[in-house]
Amino acid sequence: MAKQQAFLKELDLIAVKIRTHIIEMLYRAKSGHPGGSLSAVEAMVALYFHHMHINPKNPKDPDRDRFILSKGHAAPTLYAILAELGYFHTDELLYLRQINHMLQGHPVCTHIPGVEASTGSLGHGLSFGNGVALAGNLDKKTYRVYVLLGDGETDEGQIWEAAAAASHYKLDNLCALLDRNYLQIDGNTEDVMKLESIRRRWEAFGWNVIEVNGHNIGEIIDALLLASDHKHQPTIIILNTVKGKGVSFMENNIDFHGVAPNEMEYKLAMKELAEQQRALEAAE
Amino acid sequence: MNKAMANPRDAYGETLAEIGDKYPNIVVLDADLSKSTKTILFAKKYPQRFFEMGIAEANMISTAAGLASTGKIAFASTFAVFATGRVYDQIRMDVAYSQANVKVFATHGGISVGKDGASHQMIEDIALMRVLPNMTVITPSDAPQTKRLVELMAQTPGPMYARVGRANAPIIYTKEDLASLQLGKGLVPREGDDVTIIACGTMVDQALDAYTRLKDKGITARIVDMHTIKPLDTALILDCVKHTNAILTAEEHSIIGGLGSAVSEVLAEHASSIPFYRIGVRDMFCESGEPEELLDKYELSAPHIVTAAQHLLKH
Repeated sequence: MAKQQAFLKELDLIAVKIRTHIIEMLYRAKSGHPGGSLSAVEAMVALYFHHMHINPKNPKDPDRDRFILSKGHAAPTLYAILAELGYFHTDELLYLRQINHMLQGHPVCTHIPGVEASTGSLGHGLSFGNGVALAGNLDKKTYRVYVLLGDGETDEGQIWEAAAAASHYKLDNLCALLDRNYLQIDGNTEDVMKLESIRRRWEAFGWNVIEVNGHNIGEIIDALLLASDHKHQPTIIILNTVKGKGVSFMENNIDFHGVAPNEMEYKLAMKELAEQQRALEAAE
Repeated sequence: MNKAMANPRDAYGETLAEIGDKYPNIVVLDADLSKSTKTILFAKKYPQRFFEMGIAEANMISTAAGLASTGKIAFASTFAVFATGRVYDQIRMDVAYSQANVKVFATHGGISVGKDGASHQMIEDIALMRVLPNMTVITPSDAPQTKRLVELMAQTPGPMYARVGRANAPIIYTKEDLASLQLGKGLVPREGDDVTIIACGTMVDQALDAYTRLKDKGITARIVDMHTIKPLDTALILDCVKHTNAILTAEEHSIIGGLGSAVSEVLAEHASSIPFYRIGVRDMFCESGEPEELLDKYELSAPHIVTAAQHLLKH
């Protein structure tokens, strides 16, 4: 138990480091999407730093697990993680969204090591993941496919085409994760285009549904293990999250969906994250 | 004169089934139209490598891209209307931008689809696909050429769009004619000095018909089969400018954005003042009817090509 707590603490520290990168990147880029980048941090840290079988030295390893960031506007989170894992140098992060540099505003699979799918137009990623999962079954590969969806993103009809197909083809090597932060650009998801009961929707489409606290890495890891063991059905993990998580004035604040922090906000955010890091390090 | 006929759709399905062993990475997807697109011929032989996606074309295209990301050669088929306009964003992001090895192979292109009417008569697909970076655009003109082009599509990596019509098509080429066929290199099935008719897909046969009719009037036409609209065989077009006195394009597509536009772009950039006219649907939706009736009414058939050629040569 003590050992387990030690590795969870380590992952929590990584999450703070990723958040620090995100704020730095967005501040330097003077644009981007803080809210949805911050809400997805723990899920992606759990996947990349613990659960998935990946090899940063060989990004195209045919047996690797795949992660598809369907909500492409959370690109800063993915880039920060890929850089920390060594897919490319962390210096690249300083030039997010800058001309003549690698890191585009939204993920591009042709240019950036470790990025599996070009995203940014919402609603495509689950279909893409289905294709990877179908190929895995066809080739008798044991890799698993993870697709991160935004909750607002599931307004898109293509998501439900893909949900039906994953269930029809019994893609138990596929696991979707839903960043349920309840906010999209025009407001609360339930005001913009009602999603509830989101659990019953996915169940009705033939999915295994698991719900967790999306900021508790231990819970996320347990859910990923359950998903891996679940047969004949795809699994979706509903991550109950807070948009803007980790920076007090960004939390649940729709103004930070697609606006970068100014200098004062940047300094405040960095101070808060440094405090979180110290508190974690000091904790038993 | 009875011409031997064959259906390019059959050629597509048969070829996929034929080359399935040679290309074990080929997978095929269809959206509830496999009996019409003829992908069913592949499905019967390779059921594990065929994916029925139901009436959900957007999902089909993105799924094809996912399959391609693992090294598959993914052919995705449905009617041309659904294969392009309906899934434009999926093709743009997941196929073209991602440089995915996805081959969108559409059938039922053009107005000769006939009685289903304008809803099913796709006359904008070439324009939509041509404007996408990285995309190769192919329009086979007969069954033997379709077979060769499907083989070339399978062996050439990258995003591609191909479109054939619905109907049987007269056989134009022998196997020998097509032995050295290359993507991006137009064919010249007839030589002539007076006028060039650059046609694609189903309109190549109309152009060949026009060739005979023009010959009877003492006009010789060079017929170009521009089976690849992108990348376009610019050298061949410029050669036609040099060696003939007028250029006509002929396509079962809107005159906006398709073959005619592509050729006119080349002519304009090379400051050519050669008399030029586009045969095609003149910026309108058509209607239900027999294919021949439609080609006549909308001024695409051989007699209209002849009139246009005569008119151009009087300049």
